[in-house]
Amino acid sequence: MNGSSPDTAPGLDASLASRWIEVEHLHFLYPDGMEALKGIDLTIGRGEKVALIGPNGAGKSTLMLHLNGIHTPSHGHVRIGGTLVGRPTVRRIRAEVGLVFQDPDDQLFSPTVFEDVAFGPLHMGVPGEEIHRRVETALAAVGMSGFERRLPHHLSIGQRKRVALATVLSMEPSVLVLDEPSAGLDPRGRRELIGLLRSLPQTLLVSTHDMRLVADVFPRVIVMDDGRVVADGPTADVMANAALLEAHGLESP
Amino acid sequence: MSTLSLDRYLARESAIHAADARLKFIATAGFILALSLLPVGAFAALALAWAAVVIASAAARVGWLRTTTGAFFALPFLLAAAPLVFTRQADPLGEVDLRLFTLTVSGEGLKMFATIALKSWVSVQAALLLSFTTPFHELVDALRRLRLPSLMVAIISFMYRYIAVLAEESSRMMRARAARSASRDGHTGGSVIWRAKVVGSMVGSLFLRAYERSERVYAAMQSRGFSGEIRHMGGRKLRSGEWLALGTVAAGLSGFSVAARLWFPTA
Repeated sequence: MNGSSPDTAPGLDASLASRWIEVEHLHFLYPDGMEALKGIDLTIGRGEKVALIGPNGAGKSTLMLHLNGIHTPSHGHVRIGGTLVGRPTVRRIRAEVGLVFQDPDDQLFSPTVFEDVAFGPLHMGVPGEEIHRRVETALAAVGMSGFERRLPHHLSIGQRKRVALATVLSMEPSVLVLDEPSAGLDPRGRRELIGLLRSLPQTLLVSTHDMRLVADVFPRVIVMDDGRVVADGPTADVMANAALLEAHGLESP
Repeated sequence: MSTLSLDRYLARESAIHAADARLKFIATAGFILALSLLPVGAFAALALAWAAVVIASAAARVGWLRTTTGAFFALPFLLAAAPLVFTRQADPLGEVDLRLFTLTVSGEGLKMFATIALKSWVSVQAALLLSFTTPFHELVDALRRLRLPSLMVAIISFMYRYIAVLAEESSRMMRARAARSASRDGHTGGSVIWRAKVVGSMVGSLFLRAYERSERVYAAMQSRGFSGEIRHMGGRKLRSGEWLALGTVAAGLSGFSVAARLWFPTA
């Protein structure tokens, strides 16, 4: 399995690519007994851009934490590129699935931007020269070249969000999972984010409350409520179904 | 941006700014060690040391006044040394009658107190000069290269990153409290105990927030391949010129220490 370079056999790739992310009968109980996920089934093809919407507490973030093995399912399983997510594969999976947390102050924990973007590749065992190249490429992709020596707490929230994305791009994952990337951004920051999300070639799964962002960037949308998937389809269809959106505490853009 | 942070770095063009952080750290630590070893009453040696700091400050273009006056913030700590003035017997200078008992001001005690005060004042100036001329993250990196235990370096590095975040969180809470701390004319805002309770619960919730953040940060680290061992990129080795500089500083400081011992023999 090799993230962004398609060097697998083409025959195998075709069937695998259509179900690059595969979640089956996923249940998850928190230690306090709260059932956050009550049987999730979904398949996302390689390169698809999918939005994940739903009210707070629907289980969106819990689902995302299963995709790179931070949480372990109580029942069911998750496959990424055909590989079962589990203890033996977790390090490979984390190189394949880049997870960006909502608060960039959680994501950026190093003293400098360079050290933070280099953290992923360094802990994956990438050699030194290659790390420098990856940091450069990742920062260029998010429009933050030249910020290597800057300190995270000296950046604006929009800049921090972009650096946070670069910290996983440097791992060269095939899947990006983003938790509320537009939260807290001003209109300009939001516009830049939309351009950035459109330009990314990776498979995208993005949780958000920003319905205009959904309509602007994502052809497909998954609606979650109370630990279940309640709708999954083309964005235009879901957005047109006012009754469905209202029933789950959402609104059309 | 936050009001509170550990950034004291002043960007200037100077040889001291350009020097490797490891050299600067060792030189500063050695300087402070040499100062602390000076015998009581070695005022001429202290003046010499202070002159060295002033010259270095000027060379670093940070201005000697900035280090000299900046070091006064350490003055309150001198209270701990103040009892020395009264607890020595030798060379009594006078008495203070406090009715219940009399305090004797001793000349020897006064001398000890003055020595400690000046030592700490000059030491703090040296440390300030280090922080004015070295970005904090370079200092952290220097500590790591100097083989400080990696857990300790990690704690310092996280503290540096998150102290600003925490300060911002606490100032938001203070603002929220201030916004709701109205009072009618002629009434003050509750008893001291009540206020203490409010502050106590604020501190508690700040702690909980920090704790929850630490779990999210850990998940973010795990997501990027962290599995218990912190790795770092290899840095460059010290050049021979830098070893030479280090040797010169070490020899200079040892010479200074020994000379001060000989010049001011301890009683």
